[in-house]
Amino acid sequence: MFEIVGKRELAPNIKWIKVKAPLVARNAKPGQFVVIRLHEKGERIPLTLFRWDKDEGTIELVFQEVGKTTYELGTYEVGDAIADVVGPLGRPTHIENFGTAVVVSGGVGAPIGYSVTKALKEAGNYVISIIGFRNKQLVILEDEFREVSDELLVTTDDGSYVRKGFTTDVLSELLESGRNVDYVFTVGPVIMMKKVADITRKYGIKTYASLNPIMVDGTGMCGACRVTVGGQVVFACVAGPDFDAHQVDFDELLKRLAMYREEERLAMERFLQMRQVSVVGR
Amino acid sequence: MSGEFKRREVKKVRVPVPEQDPHVRIRNFNEVALGYSLEQALEEASRCLQCHVKVAPCIKNCPVLVNVPGFIRKMLEGDMKGALEVIMETNSLPGITGRVCPQEEQCEMNCIMGKLGDKINIGKLERFVADYAREHGIRPEVRIAPPTGKRVAVVGSGPAGLTAAADLRKMGHEVVIFEALHEPGGVLVYGIPEFRLPKEIVRYEVEFLKSIGVKIYTDVVIGKTLSLYDLLEEFDAVFLGTGAGTPNFLNVPGVNCLGIYSANEFLTRINLMKAYLFPDYDTPVKRGRRLAVIGGGNTAMDAARSGLRIGYEEVYILYRRTREFMTARIEEIAHAEEEGVKFMFLVNPVAFKCDENGWVRAVTLIRNELGEPDETGRRRPIPIPGSEFDLEVDAVVIAIGQRPNRILYQEVPELEVTRQGTIVVDDKYRTTLRGVFAGGDAIRGEATVVLAMGDGKKAALAIDEYLRTGEWPERIVPMKIAAD
Repeated sequence: MFEIVGKRELAPNIKWIKVKAPLVARNAKPGQFVVIRLHEKGERIPLTLFRWDKDEGTIELVFQEVGKTTYELGTYEVGDAIADVVGPLGRPTHIENFGTAVVVSGGVGAPIGYSVTKALKEAGNYVISIIGFRNKQLVILEDEFREVSDELLVTTDDGSYVRKGFTTDVLSELLESGRNVDYVFTVGPVIMMKKVADITRKYGIKTYASLNPIMVDGTGMCGACRVTVGGQVVFACVAGPDFDAHQVDFDELLKRLAMYREEERLAMERFLQMRQVSVVGR
Repeated sequence: MSGEFKRREVKKVRVPVPEQDPHVRIRNFNEVALGYSLEQALEEASRCLQCHVKVAPCIKNCPVLVNVPGFIRKMLEGDMKGALEVIMETNSLPGITGRVCPQEEQCEMNCIMGKLGDKINIGKLERFVADYAREHGIRPEVRIAPPTGKRVAVVGSGPAGLTAAADLRKMGHEVVIFEALHEPGGVLVYGIPEFRLPKEIVRYEVEFLKSIGVKIYTDVVIGKTLSLYDLLEEFDAVFLGTGAGTPNFLNVPGVNCLGIYSANEFLTRINLMKAYLFPDYDTPVKRGRRLAVIGGGNTAMDAARSGLRIGYEEVYILYRRTREFMTARIEEIAHAEEEGVKFMFLVNPVAFKCDENGWVRAVTLIRNELGEPDETGRRRPIPIPGSEFDLEVDAVVIAIGQRPNRILYQEVPELEVTRQGTIVVDDKYRTTLRGVFAGGDAIRGEATVVLAMGDGKKAALAIDEYLRTGEWPERIVPMKIAAD
């Protein structure tokens, strides 16, 4: 059992937790993730690692409540325990001194964008962070990004905070302005990562994306997370989650993410009904 | 219970095993074979001719050398605890082996009774003893040697790891098992379905290991959470029983369509995650009308029969050779047939067709004819040009084999592996890394539960020897592993 030792709401339906997991904390590297299972009847879901502390033996996770399991996790409080936390999984993000690096993060891609930004900065890169959210309310980790970036560009889809537009608009402007960029890392919604790849392809900038397919075990034994990269079928949990964004079949990834939409809706409805019953019952 | 063993007239016919009716059982995940009652077990046991242990073919053909006549004799004496102890001298998982071993190719293969009538149903007798003991709270007395002060890490809690751990513990060593999944058992919990091997039995036998002092840490992925080098610092020896858990996919167009599963994913969702109880359990699995399973091994049978049980109306096994070349157990093929699984032979998938949303709608098959025998001795399937046709489906399970997972040794260059990814060992299960041993599917590729157990046993002996002598060869001479 893995105890929750800290919890905060960062934005509506976006929560931060700190979990005691000494072995994961000891070996975690930027770009990696964990697979968790809440309880005996729970499913296994992947969550990316935001931060970790070897000495304290803790890891920090940021998640958005989008379905049954994440909503249920959102009800866990400090002192509660998660049945299983497995990790760190996946290959760490490749970090070196590229020169000028741009990290484009959208929505709850921000936590992993942050860990990669920090590592790129520490490796001597000049790092420009572009973070985008739907609206002002959903902006998270702005201060954390500012700490580890040379430049921080914030955008909101509706213009309710800083500027109006998508991260990809900001990236396009940056590149059109003639800024020399050596490396781009992107994490967030599939559509966004696909657009980032389309933009940087024109400029021939090396670009990596952190993919988020459906996973079960997270250790390479099932292939639920398979993606097509450069025409080859690979398992994202062991070969990734980072891949050359110019080689990824994003359309296929998007379709595969929808595989259980119906079941997810069913599970969520049932969860909400049961919560209601239990709240009324009190 | 009859107190005495009496040689009676030889009964030629095997006592039949009661089974759940096929029409009923395809709607549940309960065990198909119900097992013997006490009377039936004793009647079957009384058919045994009690060959001498030195010549009994059943012992010789058992990969873990269970003293079959010995435990049967104890049964007939009415001493079930004694029977269990005889089995457990060499086999720590009788409830499992009694269910999943292909006895027809092992202990039962050369049973002398076969010359007079039916061979003794050794598997079902072993299962009976284990079940009887479990249901009556009979615990075997296990001798544990005095502590040696040596520590052994076992990586993987499948049949190879569990067996090695049990034997090493009995030898007095401290044993710690590391398991990547949240539940111990390996293929016994994620692969083999509940209706063939109830998970309650795996849990019971794992509890037994714990009761003799074996420690099990789940959620630890060696190669990620801890490295092999970490283990070598902490332990005097390491046994790798990491299996062959990476599924092969067909390299054909459309293989990533929605609704196409590896058998591992399909079975893991159903067995380990209990997707058949969705939404009471959180893990979903796709249900539909027509399911195609590609392959002809036990995994394919398990997937097909699981498909029926989660509600598919029509389930097809698509196999590239003919029935006689299928590698699945005869008993399991028969069960699948009784349950209504349809078999299509001499076909090979060449493409999957999906609709505009990406869902698989059809599998395009090409017909084969059989050519000359290949290196496995089975006749090679050769596609007949122009014979393609479509089979409409809602979902597909690919069960064409598995290979070892490389996650463990990706970053351990000293560990020699073959091109197929199997770990190279010598005849004492020693790898090219000092102090590290390996066995089971990790060295064989996909094989059987009991072969893995046999490896676990022999490796335990070799590890014990190494811990006592500290001897390690200059060079590892690879053991020849028979292809199956």
